[in-house]
Amino acid sequence: MTAIDPSQLAEAREAKRTRRLTRINKAEGWFKVIGLPFMAPLLRAIAGDDPRGQMKLLWQTLFVPILSILCFLGLWAVLAPKVHTSLGTIPGPAQVWSQAVALDAAADREAERRVAFYERQEERNAKLIADGQRDKVQNREYTGRPTYYDQIWTSIKTVFMGFVLATLVAVPLGIAAGLSPTVNAAINPLVQIFKPVSPLAWLPIVTMVVSALASGDGGMSRSFIISAITVTLCSLWPTLINTSLGVASIDKDLVNVGKVLKLSPWARVTRLVLPSALPLIFTGLRLSLGVGWMVLIAAEMLAQNPGLGKFVWDEFQNGSSDSLARIMVAVLTIGIIGFLLDRMMFAIQNLITFSDKR
Amino acid sequence: MYALPRAYAKASAGIARNDERYLEFSQLHKIYPTPKGPLTVVEDVNLKLRKGEFVSLIGHSGCGKSTVLTMAAGLNPISKGAIVLDGTYVEGADPERAVVFQSPNLFPWLSARENVAIGVDRVYPTASRAERQDVVEYYLERVGLVNAMNKSASEMSNGMRQRVGIARAFALSPKLLLLDEPFGMLDSLTRWELQEVLMEVWDRTKVTAVCVTHDVDEAILLADRVVMMTNGPQATIGKITEVNLPRPRTRKALLSHPDYYAYREEIIGFLEEYEHGHKKEAA
Repeated sequence: MTAIDPSQLAEAREAKRTRRLTRINKAEGWFKVIGLPFMAPLLRAIAGDDPRGQMKLLWQTLFVPILSILCFLGLWAVLAPKVHTSLGTIPGPAQVWSQAVALDAAADREAERRVAFYERQEERNAKLIADGQRDKVQNREYTGRPTYYDQIWTSIKTVFMGFVLATLVAVPLGIAAGLSPTVNAAINPLVQIFKPVSPLAWLPIVTMVVSALASGDGGMSRSFIISAITVTLCSLWPTLINTSLGVASIDKDLVNVGKVLKLSPWARVTRLVLPSALPLIFTGLRLSLGVGWMVLIAAEMLAQNPGLGKFVWDEFQNGSSDSLARIMVAVLTIGIIGFLLDRMMFAIQNLITFSDKR
Repeated sequence: MYALPRAYAKASAGIARNDERYLEFSQLHKIYPTPKGPLTVVEDVNLKLRKGEFVSLIGHSGCGKSTVLTMAAGLNPISKGAIVLDGTYVEGADPERAVVFQSPNLFPWLSARENVAIGVDRVYPTASRAERQDVVEYYLERVGLVNAMNKSASEMSNGMRQRVGIARAFALSPKLLLLDEPFGMLDSLTRWELQEVLMEVWDRTKVTAVCVTHDVDEAILLADRVVMMTNGPQATIGKITEVNLPRPRTRKALLSHPDYYAYREEIIGFLEEYEHGHKKEAA
């Protein structure tokens, strides 16, 4: 057996630590991107790299946000019972939490009922087949109330539909406007006029047009299309404006290189224009998705698209003693999902755009 | 030792129509309209270049030497007069007139190889993929980037980027190479290194070249003729000096050459004369 040299052992440990720290440093950018900036200092402190310095960072990135949230909850809990409304006092954090739990439980029950419904149907059909009455077999869809999670999912689908439509229109139009001053001059007045229009003003028009054109069957309900198109109309502008700005502000020297190389129009757009403008295009897309998500809730309220907006509206009309608490659950859900959507776009942007800083 | 890539040899094998007047600037003017009336920046530039000649264009900053170059590149419209290259009038930019810019102007999201390839794909449309790759690699090797071909342009130092810029220009197999203060942004040591790289690559291809510079030593080192421009506005060619120094040149060999200082004095003398603005000739 060979004797293990303690200095060698220490060296190996040191090397391992260095490797671990480089990995943490690499991951740090991604932690920031996904909204967990405290992860890197936390991991570093655990790995034993300057724990005191890391504590300072942790204080800023983790403890201060937690403290501020706790302060907010405290103020809410103290102040809310003092406001009396026709539906009782404003619910505090505890009631809101219990409503969130209740909504989750309701979703579970609904899922059980759904399973039970299909089981019964299977059974019935099996029996009919066994009795030789195959022509009486019926397969029905379960039509229970949408659960809270169904509503969230509907909202997300709607906002994505609207957002994708807006992107498909805005990015090519923005590129055209950025490349050609003539196109820009043609589009600009329309953009300036339509940009500030509220979704609530668009909605009646969209409703009438969609009702006239779309039958409402074939997979997508009318309310879904109306909400999605309203989202499109309102979330078009940030992408359009940022894309044309990004394209118009390409480095003039790079444009000259493109001229000397006599790139074909297609190569010019794909090799030069798009990569240059991508960071700003993504900035526009992020803004658009944010606007779209905000607009969606209002659109769903009026168009009765069975998403979060309709949930809020129904609870408001319902007016039970739990309604306000449920609406607050919805408000928090809307906020958290909006934040996650933005982080998602930011992560995609970091993945696919070129930047000098990386 | 290193044969030129096949696709390059094929593309450059045409017989020139007039080798003595391969590139000709005649009565070249650049006039910008201003609120106070038209401003003549460059006036009546006349110059003929032989095929394979290297000319340096030197003058004080703002004298319009870069304007002449960008007009030859086709990036700046000609106000009056003409530039004729190999029997055709210069109109608009074209890869047959390659440009090395002062800042390297690489596409930062592409690697060194892709930056050169984007032009090569354009000028050798009939060559096979392997042939084109040959051209790209040949020039990247010549400028000393064998080990950095796949490095992203955004990760490179300025010196390395300008090496890629040089490779990109030469790889286009141009009829005319235009260099617009190509080493102006680099520190002296890197500049010397790259001057030698440029000389080395140029010696292999002997492409007709015009180099704008305000560095006297650089002008002499690179050129067969140094063209000195008077100060703008209304800048024009003041003096032309033939540089009869043996090639291939190196910076060190030039410093010990007896004629070198005479050339240097001549050019510096001219530049000093024009140091305090435009001198009106006695009418």
